[in-house]
Amino acid sequence: MAAVSAEHASRSSERISGIPIDEFPLGVGGTASTAWWGMAFFIITEATLFAYLFFSYYYVGSRHSQWPPHGVPEMRLAVVNTIILVLSSVPMWLADRAVRRGRPALFAPLLGAVLLMGVAFLIIEATEWSRQSFTPATNAYSSLFYTITGFHFAHVTLGLLMIVELLCRALVKRIEVRRPLAVRNVAAYWHFVGVVWVVLFLTIYISPRV
Amino acid sequence: MATVAERLATVWEPPRSVYSTLASVDHKVIGKRYLATAFVFLIAGGLEAAVIRAQLTHSNEHLLSPEAYNQLFTMHGLTMIFWYAFPILSGFSNYFFPLMIGSRDMAYPRMNAFSYWCFLFSGVFLYTGYAVGLGPDRGWFAYAPLTERLYAPGINMDFYTLALIFLTISGTVGSINFIVTAFKLRAPGMSLGRLPLFMYGTLTASFSIIFALPSLSVACVFLYLDRKFGTHFFDPVGGGSAILWQHLFWIFGHPWVYIVVLPALSFVSMIVPTFARRPIVGYTWNVLGVVMTGVIGFGVWAHHMFATGLSPMAMSFFSAGSMTVVIPSAISIFVWLATIWQGRVVLTTSMLFALGFIFLFVIGGVSGVVTAATPFDWTITDTYFVVAHIHYVLVGINLFPVIAAFYYWLPKMTGRMLSERLGKWNFWVMFLSFNLGFFPMHISGLLGMPRRIFTYPAGVGWDTVNLITSIGSYIFAIGVLLFVINFFWSLFNGPPAGDNPWDASSLEWATSSPPPPYNFEVIPTIGSRDPLWEERLGMGRRSSLRRGPTLAGSGKETLQTSTLDGEPVAILRMPEDSIWPFIVSLALLAAFYGLVTSVWGLALAGGVLTLVGVHGWLWPSRTAVEA
Repeated sequence: MAAVSAEHASRSSERISGIPIDEFPLGVGGTASTAWWGMAFFIITEATLFAYLFFSYYYVGSRHSQWPPHGVPEMRLAVVNTIILVLSSVPMWLADRAVRRGRPALFAPLLGAVLLMGVAFLIIEATEWSRQSFTPATNAYSSLFYTITGFHFAHVTLGLLMIVELLCRALVKRIEVRRPLAVRNVAAYWHFVGVVWVVLFLTIYISPRV
Repeated sequence: MATVAERLATVWEPPRSVYSTLASVDHKVIGKRYLATAFVFLIAGGLEAAVIRAQLTHSNEHLLSPEAYNQLFTMHGLTMIFWYAFPILSGFSNYFFPLMIGSRDMAYPRMNAFSYWCFLFSGVFLYTGYAVGLGPDRGWFAYAPLTERLYAPGINMDFYTLALIFLTISGTVGSINFIVTAFKLRAPGMSLGRLPLFMYGTLTASFSIIFALPSLSVACVFLYLDRKFGTHFFDPVGGGSAILWQHLFWIFGHPWVYIVVLPALSFVSMIVPTFARRPIVGYTWNVLGVVMTGVIGFGVWAHHMFATGLSPMAMSFFSAGSMTVVIPSAISIFVWLATIWQGRVVLTTSMLFALGFIFLFVIGGVSGVVTAATPFDWTITDTYFVVAHIHYVLVGINLFPVIAAFYYWLPKMTGRMLSERLGKWNFWVMFLSFNLGFFPMHISGLLGMPRRIFTYPAGVGWDTVNLITSIGSYIFAIGVLLFVINFFWSLFNGPPAGDNPWDASSLEWATSSPPPPYNFEVIPTIGSRDPLWEERLGMGRRSSLRRGPTLAGSGKETLQTSTLDGEPVAILRMPEDSIWPFIVSLALLAAFYGLVTSVWGLALAGGVLTLVGVHGWLWPSRTAVEA
């Protein structure tokens, strides 16, 4: 912080709307920051992308008398995955809170827990794919099934890469305590990936049952 | 001690080198690159059109094979709609957003550079396909199942899907940047009610992009998978639906029409008041009209699909929805007319193009609203009537305002005036030849001439109209050439522009022409909608343009203000130049080449390099750590 106030000193005579310039912070945190807004719009456009994927699923489904054509999908693994991914939002939330409250010691272990749960999710998802009787090229249902779950898989992977990036910064440079915004953005993205999975679960596993 | 200008210049102006060329994040540099690149695409698309018109001038012409013709009209459509019409507007917005709101750069300068490189490389990618004879050849809206592997076996349509996916990255990133810049980086005092109308067009288009582009991405991913991996999204035999492509494409496609016209309308909303010598009449109505058009744009997509067998209920709904668009468009037109009516008009070249635009907007609007009526649409679907309509919309409502904007703002960018005499010639040649060439297309359509036929037999009565269309379009090309000549003439011989050659009211005219790298020496404080006209309008001096904070510290800084009211909130540290945006987009280009040629190793390498690049981009520098 010393460097910051030295810079401010060189132009401290300036005023903005009558208020002395040193009274303004260098950047703002939280939901007022440009970083947060950027992530919010990224999530909005990504959510729209999934909305169009689900639209395609329902649209093609509405044109079939028998949907899904292979019968109602087995959902044991998907239920396990739902529990893992929804629960993984808890350590993510705690990690975000730990950073904001200035408790850096808890940050890396909590983030590590999210990472493990995320990897477990990916392994179970891959297992589920390997157990299917159909491939993406079997029919329109199988194409939709693999593409929608595949898109989500890719998004979980992206979220995990962000978490690895945060862990690297925390372990190598020890800076996240002073830059809580990055953690907050990654947490938001991770929660978003979880919410998408819930909608995906309802669409692919529950909607054929009702 | 150095002056404020000198201190700002050392911080904001990097020494010139190859590195600084590739790494620049200055919004003015990026804006000019956008404009120049998009203009090159305009010329490319224009040359393609010239060959098309040569082929169609006579019946039974065999200048081109049907296959070559298919590639040509597809490339013409793609180039004009995706690589010219939108990026040229982004160029103006990139250049003028920070200048109009009194900021020193965009909210995410490096993302801005990334957006440009993705735009450029996606265009390069598309044209490599065309250069090796494998250009997309199934029309710009690529209807399935004609695009499926069975009916389009080459990799031509893979260039289509992948180039568009690549371009959506650019558009999405750019739009988020525009939105956050407009909401966060305005000068103190510039509440949303004082935002120049220019910004509302681009803002609305940016919101539309956030919600519309994902639909195009999904459609293109599906088509790519169908073609490369044998999935069945659009294949009815495998249980898929060819109509699904049309839904996904037009859910994106109709908002896209407004995305490429709304910013252009808002250029006109800046130009008309300047040359009517009075503030715009009905500012709020204009804003509401623009935003309404953007919103309604999402509820009308199926009017492109009346011929596919929708239910009568759906057709009535989309027909009625499409007709409602007339209301906000008419509001915009009456706002301009009222401003002209109330003002004292100065007929500069820029104003002529703006007036020409209003005229063409009415014709394009009328030919559009009649096609919203389902029975009429059935009659003219896939005929030249639709071709006439799309050209009145895209040339009339995009190109005419764009040329108006060039005449208006180029003096700000280059510091030199264009020739008004040549400009008037330019306008009249373009305006008359456009109507000469494109109005007869309505008639050839009503005579039953289908679009996309590579030639037609003699004796069906289409020869004369086609000959007139070809003549008109060649004269139109000369008109565009006159603009290019005028531009280069102005660079060398144009009289100096000065800060405010048109005596306009908005903030970009308060700084020098061309503006310094830091835009304004002083972050201005805004007290009204027309900060440069306050004394003339008898409201006293409310804005402060020459005195205020300079933020001339040791680093690149600008001001963040509150979202609605523009109250100062914080000082923002802006990033230095960075080579990473260039590297990441280059890596993406490599990945896309891998995906199109099925060289999976290259695709994987490009993907990994992209991730490495993003890591390098995001890794905090020393200064960031201290901050």
